[in-house]
Amino acid sequence: MIALKKSLEEMEYILATDVGSTTTKARFFKKIKGEWRFVVAGEAPTTVEAPYEDVTLGVRNAVREVEELTGHQILSPEGSGILVPYDGERGVDLYCTTSSAGGGLQMIVAGVVGIITAESANRAALGAGAIVMDVLATDDSRPTYQKVQRIRNLRPDMILMAGGTDDGVRDHVLEIAELLKAADPKPRLGTTYKLPLIYAGNKVIRPEIKNILGGMFALEMVDNLRPVLELENSEPARRAVHELFMEHVMSHAPGYDKLMKWTDVDIMPTPAGEGVAMQLIAKNLKANTLGVGLGGATTNIYSIVDGKFVRSVSANLGMSYSICNVLKEATIENIMRWLPFEMSKEEVGSRLMNKMIRPTTIPHTLKELILEHACAREALRLGLVHHRTIATRLKGVKKAHDIGDLFSQVVAEESYIKMMNIGVVAGTGGLLSHAPRRVQSLIILTDSFQLEGITRVFQDSVFMMPHLGVLSTVYPEAAWSIFDKDCLVRLGTVIAPKGLANRGEEVMTVSIKMPDSTTIEEYMKFGEIKLIPLPEGHRAKVAITPEKGFDVGGGPGHRLESTVMGGEVGVILDGRGRPLLLPEDDNTRRAYLLEWIKMLNLYSRDELAGLL
Amino acid sequence: MEGKTKEGSSKEAYAYTPGLKVKLVESVVKERRLPLLGEVLVKVGDIVFYDKVVAKTTVPSDPYMVKATHILGVEPEDLRDYVVKKEGDHVKKGEILAKDIAFFGLLKKFVRSPVDGTIETISNISGQIMVRPPPKPVVVNAYIPGKIVKDIPKEGVIIESQGAFIQGIFGLGGETHGKIKMLADSPEDVLTDKIISPEDKGCILVSGSQVTLDALRKAVEVGAAGIVVGGISYNDIIDFIGEIIGVAITGEEELGLTLIITEGIGKINMSQRTFNLLKQFDGYPASMNGATQIRAGVMRPEIIIPHNKPQEQSSSETLSGGMKVGTTVRIIRDPYFGFIGKVAGLPVELQKINTESYVRVLEVELEDGMKVILPRANVEIIEE
Repeated sequence: MIALKKSLEEMEYILATDVGSTTTKARFFKKIKGEWRFVVAGEAPTTVEAPYEDVTLGVRNAVREVEELTGHQILSPEGSGILVPYDGERGVDLYCTTSSAGGGLQMIVAGVVGIITAESANRAALGAGAIVMDVLATDDSRPTYQKVQRIRNLRPDMILMAGGTDDGVRDHVLEIAELLKAADPKPRLGTTYKLPLIYAGNKVIRPEIKNILGGMFALEMVDNLRPVLELENSEPARRAVHELFMEHVMSHAPGYDKLMKWTDVDIMPTPAGEGVAMQLIAKNLKANTLGVGLGGATTNIYSIVDGKFVRSVSANLGMSYSICNVLKEATIENIMRWLPFEMSKEEVGSRLMNKMIRPTTIPHTLKELILEHACAREALRLGLVHHRTIATRLKGVKKAHDIGDLFSQVVAEESYIKMMNIGVVAGTGGLLSHAPRRVQSLIILTDSFQLEGITRVFQDSVFMMPHLGVLSTVYPEAAWSIFDKDCLVRLGTVIAPKGLANRGEEVMTVSIKMPDSTTIEEYMKFGEIKLIPLPEGHRAKVAITPEKGFDVGGGPGHRLESTVMGGEVGVILDGRGRPLLLPEDDNTRRAYLLEWIKMLNLYSRDELAGLL
Repeated sequence: MEGKTKEGSSKEAYAYTPGLKVKLVESVVKERRLPLLGEVLVKVGDIVFYDKVVAKTTVPSDPYMVKATHILGVEPEDLRDYVVKKEGDHVKKGEILAKDIAFFGLLKKFVRSPVDGTIETISNISGQIMVRPPPKPVVVNAYIPGKIVKDIPKEGVIIESQGAFIQGIFGLGGETHGKIKMLADSPEDVLTDKIISPEDKGCILVSGSQVTLDALRKAVEVGAAGIVVGGISYNDIIDFIGEIIGVAITGEEELGLTLIITEGIGKINMSQRTFNLLKQFDGYPASMNGATQIRAGVMRPEIIIPHNKPQEQSSSETLSGGMKVGTTVRIIRDPYFGFIGKVAGLPVELQKINTESYVRVLEVELEDGMKVILPRANVEIIEE
């Protein structure tokens, strides 16, 4: 529902917030000389939980910080909310927000066949910004009573049920419906309302579905997610998720009844806002894009490859609440392999666990910063592994096979995400946005995703992608203006050939024609990394000649010419090989890491020297 | 939470930072609620003790879905022709629910109940019969001694008590109670297995900076109710639980005792204030709960020591009014982790810290008079 107090042309000030799981972030925008710009940020702890249980308190605290920093009054004196519209002295013309507080939107999805309709339902729910708590399918090997128990224990916000193509399977879909009925799940945010359930399955059996589920759930019927096996139609289900999120879920979360009255635009789940922003990048840069939102509790990965948008959320991979789960899933050894200094397992574990139990604290020393950067690499690496399990071609579709397939080693259902085909990588989230040196976030993204070929890298300046995502739904011009000028930081370009060799062997020759017409020739050896400064807004022509066995996109050993983009960091020539393998021996590995840190000027040398 | 300053004119430096409660006298109110509707067994005005059952109910058991038509090899819409029971019937495990006898008894197919229970539905849509076992009993006890001040019809009660109230930072294990037993002379002391004896059975053992793994095991062996201590080493906590804690949602562990860490992971002296408070109540009965939920509810572990000492001057304004110059804070991250001090300044401007980040900071005067600049995010208010 959109109810603007002023026309878009008349607007002068906009406030957007994101009520995150840890922090509520306010962003203040102003039209300056006809151009929309970001002015200032304010942040405060989120207050969704006991004893406060009212998100508007955190919003007010964050906005108060904006007031302190700008001297511009935004909050109404009587505490009733945000002053809208701007009256010439006080207030803003538009207020919008995203939210992931209290764990965000949590859903159960169900389908008949795990790898067909249940998987499509999973993708649709993730695409809508949900955390998928469980994927139920008739063939998921759990006995019925276990599934019933599981559904009952989960207390979701919403259920998305698919199953059967139109005119296809019927009985198994009804079986799932009866299973849901038997479990009688209760909504997470109280028992005074019916749990929303979206049915996006075989349309022929809608009357029977209504008969089974109608009385127990707030049932919404939408077009089939898989009307035929060859097609995935997720948009109607995704839209329904957003509508029901506002109507049934948000309205029951603590304080949201108030917050909904404050906003001019529907509250959007944070990952949905982030997803809109990532799609905006892919669209404007016309490139296959991999985006990541590395949050305190979760890691969201978005891919837009050949126009197909897919989001995955790794619910327990994050940099604060879930940092110990990164430790658990990645193993302590994998985190420690990124540390250029000695630290015992006890110390690593203690520091991370202390971060988990006090999630809002921030690193004050370089040692702690480097440790968090090590965890970030592992969280992103695992997040991408997870994303690849979702970003796969449609299963259940008959493929024409030829004789070559019989001898092919390629796994039939592998992901279509190939780093060589990714032209743009964009990162957001507190750790990346707040990295003290931009080169730190660039190298974290490079190491964890193992960028290949030529990749442009961007990051969110001060974490406002979700804000701009929701703003773009009502005022796309303002959103893109801010996005382009103040949000999207051009970090630079990474040139990383795929292939392996022995340390010191030649990897590639790169000839870079700089904007001042000088030419730089670089001969990269295996294990080396170099930084060529190329300022933001500048481009350079490159000719890359990889050695035999190395590929930068033109095929192994094939020369490639291209134009690379500059940025706050510049152009990185990464000769460390792909896959990036770190030496097993601790001393050798630390020596390599220190060399790379030095080459990239990654951290303060003085502070680092104190740690060695 | 909310500042006292008027909005729009709020120029006063202000910060919001949650803190842990360490209070000598606190009115403790506990809601004791069933997970679903049931029967309340006490009434308003009743005085209850720790183990008193205040409400009870039964939880429906998980149903069993029997794929009857699959077993019989018939169509779902014909199921009713084969069932020998009706909805609502009680059945025993193995009892026949449906059968198909053909060719004068030569071909027999039976659908039997997998459990004792009641037939809930016979579906001619999916061809399944749902059998639900008898409900399971669930009770809620008082947990703290006190007076019933409110009845929540069919759900539970609210109990009010007065006592010392201490929150820890992290805990393991659920609700328990026992006598406070000090096993340390100072907040620096370490709790080792040598100090624990069979006489500690049923007690809540309090020590200083750390508990060792051997001490934890000895405490379980002697039957101690719980342990309250400043810190614990990371390796010991993992060894004690048997796995890495991924997400801090605890309270369900069955470890043989309840553990509350007041400061953090590592060897960290218990704050003098917490230590003194616990020492003051050496020998008093107390309730404790290790349940911690950082992500989904900011639930911290707690120790409640009921007593009748007079209510002290309330200073809860400290927390509700946010952090101001003079507020007592605890530093919760390196390099001054565990230090206590008073806020000496709250500059509005962002400042560069050792990591080279620009953050909002505060100035803290430590107990020895030294002043340090820290990120505001790295302190918590100690509510006095």
